[in-house]
Amino acid sequence: MNSVRSGSHPVRLEQDVVLARQAVRKLAQECGLRLVDQTKLVTAVSELARNTVVYGGGGEMDWEVLEDGPRKGIRLVFRDEGPGIADLKLALTDGWTSGGGLGLGLTGARRLVDEFDIASTPGVGTRVTIVRWN
Amino acid sequence: MERIPILRMGEFLLVTIQVDMHDQLALTLQDDLADRISATSARGVLIDISALDMVDSFIGRMISTISGVARIMDAETVVVGMQPAVAITLVELGLTLPGVSTALDVERGMNLLRTRMGRA
Ligand SMILES: Nc1ncnc2c1ncn2[C@@H]1O[C@H](COP(=O)(O)OP(=O)(O)OP(=O)(O)O)[C@@H](O)[C@H]1O
Ligand SMILES: [Mg+2]
Repeated sequence: MNSVRSGSHPVRLEQDVVLARQAVRKLAQECGLRLVDQTKLVTAVSELARNTVVYGGGGEMDWEVLEDGPRKGIRLVFRDEGPGIADLKLALTDGWTSGGGLGLGLTGARRLVDEFDIASTPGVGTRVTIVRWN
Repeated sequence: MERIPILRMGEFLLVTIQVDMHDQLALTLQDDLADRISATSARGVLIDISALDMVDSFIGRMISTISGVARIMDAETVVVGMQPAVAITLVELGLTLPGVSTALDVERGMNLLRTRMGRA
């Protein structure tokens, strides 16, 4: 598996959530993802980027275009140095929210991508990694 | 301040969401719409989302809230023009929009509202 190119976007303000969605839509089109798959990935980005802004106090989205033989994919890492998540199992429960949300962001995003990984340490921060292949 | 326009169409209100909404814009729309329903005594609200290329839990929650506010004020909400890719994604996301009706386009949405109001 090769990393073809990569970059990073700030995810600090709510406008950055829109910009992150637009940037990933463009990458997804370049990687030849079908429209439905583009939509799924962009929706996952919206959920994770919003969490980074709202709960993580802002952070970064790192992106990477992957190649594995004929397949192309996109790996995204959302990272912040916010308060972290004390109980990951609870946070990954459908419908659980600490704020006024629907509690669908993390679990929904996980269903919308091919690979999903979350690491979080209270007081240190949170890092969510997703991959979607074409 | 940037705002999403709310058009009056007889006893209905039509909101066409065209921009890539950020959170503040979505919240402003929610408030504006509640004001307009009360000012116009509108019986129905059509939310046209045909220009939206994705609906996430934030927009989903906004649609639910609008329909909840509308219902208390005796108005119905119909979401029209959802793109097929958006509909498929919503199911996987797990967002069900309980109590919100959908129609393919504005015209069908208006027909649905009229039927609901007993004048088909
Ligand atoms: N980056 C993060 N930093 C700290 N806490 C987080 C982070 N992301 C998620 N959480 C915690 O996990 C919970 C669940 O997140 P999730 O996105 O699933 O739901 P939500 O944001 O509460 O609601 P929704 O996304 O449906 O509007 C959040 O309520 C929050 O407490
Ligand atoms: Mg969330």
